Amino acid sequence: MSENVPSELRYAETHEWVREEENGICVIGITDHAQHLLGDLVYVELPEAENNIRSGDEAGVVESVKAASDVYSPLSGEVIAVNEALADTPELVNQDPYGDGWLFKIKFINHAELEELLDSESYNEKVAAEEA
Amino acid sequence: MLIFEDSKPGRRAALQAPQAQADTLDIPSEFLRASKPCLPEVSELQVVRHFTRLAQKNFSIDTHFYPLGSCTMKYNPRGVHRLASLPAFLERHPLAPDVHSQGYLSCAYGLQEILKEITGMPAVALSPMAGAQGEFAGVAMIRAYHNSRGDKQRNEILVPDAAHGTNPASAVMCGYKVREIPTASDGDVDIEALKQIVGPQTAGIMLTNPSTLGVFDRRIEEISQLIHQAGGLLYYDGANLNAILGKVRPGDMGFDVIHLNLHKTFATPHGGGGPGCGPVAAGPRLAEYLPTPRVGKDGDSFYWLTEQDCPHSIGRMSAFMGNAGIILRAYIYCRLLGREGLHRVAEYATLNANYLMKCLAEVGFELAFPERRATHEFIVTLKKAAKTLKVNAMEVAKRLLDYGFHAPTTYFPLLIPECLLIEPTETESKEELDRFIAAMSSILEEMQHEPELVRQAPHTMPVHRLDDVKAAKELDLVWQAE
Repeated sequence: MSENVPSELRYAETHEWVREEENGICVIGITDHAQHLLGDLVYVELPEAENNIRSGDEAGVVESVKAASDVYSPLSGEVIAVNEALADTPELVNQDPYGDGWLFKIKFINHAELEELLDSESYNEKVAAEEA
Repeated sequence: MLIFEDSKPGRRAALQAPQAQADTLDIPSEFLRASKPCLPEVSELQVVRHFTRLAQKNFSIDTHFYPLGSCTMKYNPRGVHRLASLPAFLERHPLAPDVHSQGYLSCAYGLQEILKEITGMPAVALSPMAGAQGEFAGVAMIRAYHNSRGDKQRNEILVPDAAHGTNPASAVMCGYKVREIPTASDGDVDIEALKQIVGPQTAGIMLTNPSTLGVFDRRIEEISQLIHQAGGLLYYDGANLNAILGKVRPGDMGFDVIHLNLHKTFATPHGGGGPGCGPVAAGPRLAEYLPTPRVGKDGDSFYWLTEQDCPHSIGRMSAFMGNAGIILRAYIYCRLLGREGLHRVAEYATLNANYLMKCLAEVGFELAFPERRATHEFIVTLKKAAKTLKVNAMEVAKRLLDYGFHAPTTYFPLLIPECLLIEPTETESKEELDRFIAAMSSILEEMQHEPELVRQAPHTMPVHRLDDVKAAKELDLVWQAE
């Protein structure tokens, strides 16, 4: 299985990815590895925009025919946008987990949390260790 | 093919015998329908053929080995159903006065007594109408207990990550926050992690023992002490009771409340969505909060215990007394088997599971917990095969259908990747288990030498692969006339 782990992103232990954009905003989704494990998604539940969440909080649910899994926010801050398209087309997460399948955007309040996330190399190692 | 598709206007099945006509003249006209109900118009023979053909397509416990086990449907003896269907039971009105219901009440009372013995708890309520409702009742009782003591800062229920999904759902329904406890690599609860999480905010813990991983948590007494010392209570999910019937009692393990699934362990078919029955048994701390009604006994006569008799009860879980037919079946099953018979259920359920587990390991399957003894079920993981042979657990499950076996549970528990959860139950013979082992062994060969055969399975079923993604996204369950 060749899974895609882009080197420019940061990763959470719980298989979310984070992409830093401008003005303290980050985009969050689940990794290619996570969508692969879940299989075809049938439902995605997202946080409400303008909600404040803390890192480690449950921020949503991704549900496949196999299982429903919680999505945790890797960062603390305010949810400023959610990917509305996933309500009708959850399969975008399977097809393009780092692009059109993004889940939500957060205006983070603590840059240190971003620093603490895994880089692509450490995330790859973590996945390899889980698979062993 | 739906029976509606056979329908032709005006065609009907005549009555076999004259029926007494009830007098319907006194129904007010505004309640009478103006149009005929939309029912299929078919002949008797068409009805017979339609349902016989459907039944022939069915994979059922009556025709096939069914390793989903008691979790879904173990074999339920016919005699139990027959006795529970005696006309005097069927025709009893739920509002009939106690004096006319002594037969039913004595059975329900008898079942309460038997379940007290099985669970090691001093009191039982039979009224919850499903496992999840039993869970809700149990957690609501924990809440009532803490509230009655003014201990209102307890807002967390601990649930192991191996738990049934209903456990966290029930805790949330009762207004609690759920804290997940990790599982140690040997399959037991991670007790060090538990120590970190438990505290003055802990209302209780929900545990299944044996767990969904098919192992009996050996440190249950330590867990029980930890929780009780912190002021919390222990809830037992009775889904896996089949493994311990008459052998270990949840009350003796330190649990304060338990729900039992009569529709799993006690002779009611469960697969197909019910009806279920989830009685709750409670220890000394929680007995007064049990739901109503319960059955009491005064000398030789039986009566309903209601809110007047049990002022601290959390209340009613159902109209009347719960699912009466299932309560009867459970009572009759226990009486037919007797104490020794119930012990044998647990013994053979675990013996069959351990035999199957050892043999499957010998033919080359990887066990999730090879160092542990199985309870009534065990887990095979196809994690390596999925990687090296590119054949996954779902495909193996589908291939089993071609060999004449129902598939076991797949992809649950979620902790074990590519898993098959196999539960043979107590009623399978060694010969049947050997046939299953031979089929699994043969599938393993195919995975190595003809993997495409497994990947494309099933080959012999009336339908091939169902589109479960589409089915989940576009749920369409109701036939509608054009």
